[in-house]
Amino acid sequence: MNIDNLSPFILTLVTFAPLAGALLLVLLPRRDRDIRIFSLVISLLTFVLSLHLPVHFHRGDAGFQFAVDRQWISSPNIHYHMGIDGISMWLVVLTTFLTPLCVLISWKSVHDRVKEFFILLLIMETALIGVFTSLDLFLFYFFWEATLIPMALLIGVFGHERKVYAAVKFFMYTMIASVFMLAAILWLYANTHSFDFVTIRDLIASGKVPNFPAAAQWLFLGFFVAFAVKVPLFPFHTWLPDAHVEAPTAGSVLLAGVLLKMGTYGMLRFNLGLFPEQSRHNAPWVMILALIGIVYGALVAMVQPNMKKLIAYSSVSHLGFVVLGIFSFTQAGLNGAMFVMLAHGVSTGALFMLAGILHERRHTYEISEFGGLASPMPVYAASYLFIVLASVGLPLLNGFIGEFLVLSGAFQDRAVYGILAATGVIWSAGYLLWMYQRVFYGKITHAVNNSLPDLSGFEKAAVWPCAAAALVMGVAPILWLGAIDPAVQAALISFPQVVSKVVGQ
Amino acid sequence: MTSSLNLWLIPMLPLAGAAINGFLGKKSSRTAISTIGLVFSGAAFAWALSVVLRVSSVDLPYQEYVAHWIRSGNFTADFALYLDQLSLVMLLVVTGVGFLIHIYSVGYMWEDPSYYRFFAYLNLFMFFMLTLILANNYLLMFIGWEGVGLASYLLIGFWFTKDSAASAGKKAFIVNRIGDFGFLIGLFLIIQHFGSLNFVDVFEKVRPLASETTGAGFLTAIGILLMVGACGKSAQIPLYVWLPDAMEGPTPVSALIHAATMVTAGVYMVSRSHMIFERAPAALTVVAVIGTLTALFAATIGITQTDIKKVLAYSTVSQLGYMFMACGVGAFSAGIFHLMTHAFFKGLLFLAAGSVIHAVGGEQDMRKMGGLRSYIPWTFMTMGIATLAIAGIPPFAGFWSKDEILWKAFSSEHGSWVFWLIGVITAFITSFYMFRLLFMTFFGDYRGAQVDSHGRASHGHDDHGHGEPHESPMVMLVPLMILALLSVVGGLVGIGNRFEHFLAPVFGSAEVTEAAGEAAGRGTELLLMGVSVLVAVLGFILAYVLYVSRPYLPQKIADGLNGFYTAVLNKYYIDELYAKLFVKPLVDGSTSILWQGVDRKVIDDTVNNAADGARQVSDEVRHMQSGNLRSYAGWIAAGSAVVIAYMIWLGVGR
Repeated sequence: MNIDNLSPFILTLVTFAPLAGALLLVLLPRRDRDIRIFSLVISLLTFVLSLHLPVHFHRGDAGFQFAVDRQWISSPNIHYHMGIDGISMWLVVLTTFLTPLCVLISWKSVHDRVKEFFILLLIMETALIGVFTSLDLFLFYFFWEATLIPMALLIGVFGHERKVYAAVKFFMYTMIASVFMLAAILWLYANTHSFDFVTIRDLIASGKVPNFPAAAQWLFLGFFVAFAVKVPLFPFHTWLPDAHVEAPTAGSVLLAGVLLKMGTYGMLRFNLGLFPEQSRHNAPWVMILALIGIVYGALVAMVQPNMKKLIAYSSVSHLGFVVLGIFSFTQAGLNGAMFVMLAHGVSTGALFMLAGILHERRHTYEISEFGGLASPMPVYAASYLFIVLASVGLPLLNGFIGEFLVLSGAFQDRAVYGILAATGVIWSAGYLLWMYQRVFYGKITHAVNNSLPDLSGFEKAAVWPCAAAALVMGVAPILWLGAIDPAVQAALISFPQVVSKVVGQ
Repeated sequence: MTSSLNLWLIPMLPLAGAAINGFLGKKSSRTAISTIGLVFSGAAFAWALSVVLRVSSVDLPYQEYVAHWIRSGNFTADFALYLDQLSLVMLLVVTGVGFLIHIYSVGYMWEDPSYYRFFAYLNLFMFFMLTLILANNYLLMFIGWEGVGLASYLLIGFWFTKDSAASAGKKAFIVNRIGDFGFLIGLFLIIQHFGSLNFVDVFEKVRPLASETTGAGFLTAIGILLMVGACGKSAQIPLYVWLPDAMEGPTPVSALIHAATMVTAGVYMVSRSHMIFERAPAALTVVAVIGTLTALFAATIGITQTDIKKVLAYSTVSQLGYMFMACGVGAFSAGIFHLMTHAFFKGLLFLAAGSVIHAVGGEQDMRKMGGLRSYIPWTFMTMGIATLAIAGIPPFAGFWSKDEILWKAFSSEHGSWVFWLIGVITAFITSFYMFRLLFMTFFGDYRGAQVDSHGRASHGHDDHGHGEPHESPMVMLVPLMILALLSVVGGLVGIGNRFEHFLAPVFGSAEVTEAAGEAAGRGTELLLMGVSVLVAVLGFILAYVLYVSRPYLPQKIADGLNGFYTAVLNKYYIDELYAKLFVKPLVDGSTSILWQGVDRKVIDDTVNNAADGARQVSDEVRHMQSGNLRSYAGWIAAGSAVVIAYMIWLGVGR
């Protein structure tokens, strides 16, 4: 088959391959080993398929590519419209990259209901990819909500002690917030007779939507609340630490790595795309919430006695950078926001894997239970340090690029915001290195830690790709920015005052 | 401009060494590890020398493009290198001194169980340091800048099972990050005003700007922010606190990173940005004041320390202060001159101190040394030379560079007699505490216990049995001798302002100030020179009296000064102050106010109360809320169905 002929179907293939795998898994007998291997094969296959996207992507082209648009239901007017640009493409690849690693890290740690676990994981993958590829608002909302159920079940069934509480909290928080988005989508449909993102965007831009000026602020907020809870933006973040602490490792990896990015992606695509004026108008307080998130998340992370909670709060801080970058409406800020999303997915995903590895050995995340681990587990310690450094934003690793661009963008927009956010470079070093010291340095304080085994082959196979990705992204960010930059430029076209500022430089 | 210097090889060679030793070293023999470590750092030095030979074939500044790095809108930062006279000097100092310290480390670290890790880190440091020096833009420089910080973190905490070492490494990293915060903001300002971080582009745009003499503008802001960064990396007030703690690292690390090279990066960065500083007199003043105060302040602490490495650490902080004093009065070439000679004699002092520590079985307390000169004559001789050099006794290296700084502090247009006076007082103190160190260590009677393999510091190195203090092996002594030679003759390049002339293409205005200075008075210069030699000799005499001829006096003086002495001995309680002022409030406040307060009490309780309220209202339908996830999911599904039905109705209704 000529590879070019694949293009119209590739998004459908990538999106639904994991779901197809999940359906086949249902038919497979309950032999855990086979199920694991099958899941790995499916997720790897999906990853390879998804690589078709960056390989055949036209980098200079800012529009949606690999698009497919078929009428699905005629009334209401719902289309099966999918397509990606430089923004969503990398989020798809991030998802397909992390899923096989999730399979590997769960290889030995999930013993019960193995079949259900991997079915949920693969369904989850389809839903996540669908969120990033959908260009029809109904389809988008469908996938958006579809991510909830497998994730809530992953937490509620396969989680730790307070799993049900955490699962319900997660579910209710994000579900309730999503209702506002649904209302906004329905309003748009009622006034445009379309769920199509591109159509609605163009109608709004040309002023052809009746009653729009009166409703615009509410519509903006409807979308925004749903996204803000998902990100999570301060003060909507308290579901996150609970969800993470209780979630199984793979759940945390996908939750932090991809699921949170649905929120920031949504802001970038829908809030900025559909409501540029309102975005501009609301930016000051959004940016302040993002700033609070950056500093607050970091400070609270610093004092957590629980490693996983620490990482969870650090996500609040990192995602604050993303929101800040998006609402700076600068080329650097948006490029940086995109890059932080990807970098955070890789390095925080890896951090959760590393935390999970420790939990599997000691069944606790309490930092005080450890200390001196660098001696019995040198490879683990070195891998952990590498990821910590990526997360701290050490230049030549992935965290730095995004952080630098976001901060310079925020600084161009409002110098004070840039300066306040830049304190993040101090905080992140503080909480991560302090935690690292308490876990790995010094002498062994609990005798049981003396005999902890170092990384197993599966664990290396799960963590090291993240480390490699962190390095490549830091050294050759151009591979990613090349596609992101034009898409961001296009996203900023609705902000003329900003564009002139950027170009005028 | 036709030939390429292939500068990229210089940082990449040590990186290759670091990678080989880092990945394969664990299973390699010590000989193989040393070979890799030395060959790759030596090759970098050799290549740097070959660059010196070939440099006449290219126009300076020479630029070398390596690869794309960041492209965002019209902002770019690439992997591209830059060589001018300034980077050439740095290149030779770093690769040369670096290579010598690699050689020395073979002897010093030989018995350490993590030998391979040490060389991997040391080579990694060289990679980042050389990147820092050779970068053609601020962002690439920042890679090196943070990278040397990483290497420093790893090497300070090299013996990580020791809590104090692990804490010191972390402290160094975080304090440096505070400086980097300022550095970053400075970079954002540069981007905002010049749209680029390339040295050539930025300085081309700065050149035509007027000096901000009437009021502080953005150039002043940039200058001060860059200085904040420099304060972190180069351990200046108020961010110097990490450097004394950094002495937890193995001694070759203290010599290479925390004396000769990395800590001078701030001086290099400020000098590299001279175009900005020269147009921002207020920023220059800040640099000069910080440098001068740090020089004096750290020197006073140096007097009271009894740990041989701590004395040298505070001395380093103080000497770096001199370099900033020079930069602050616009005498950048004098600052770089002192940077170079300091690399020789302070590197030597640390290596010699390492040799002393090695000789007495890991002891670092000078009160337990004494009389060592007969046991370790080579160490004594080389350390003596270094002491003469740092004390500013002619014709040793430190004399020339320090005198150049003092003269410029007095005579340049940005200078003042105040800087000069404090500089001279500091020179006196420096001479005193250095000879104090020399006398306490090498003169009098040996006060230490008979050294044996028991009961010594848990450094992990140097575990073989001892009888009495013994001289180090040749592999350690040869670097000492070479550095001693450089400490003797290294200053001679400054005679007749040759060093300044060499750097003139970089710093430009050198000729002018020199001419003006000469007109102002050759006589004054000689007089001031005489004063600085005099104070150096006075420092020597005082130290001799107190620590050789009347050794009972220091305790008496200390008792007499009582409170003040205790304060200085405890380093003015600055660490305690910072802990109380910043660290504790941050940790406590984050715990009790943010986490337990805002997160738990305010946000979570609000949400839970709201949920409870809603639950009471819907009491009749309570039986639906089983708290069971499955039934929630069921209700959500049912709810969604209703919503979809409504939607379809909407669609049909139109």
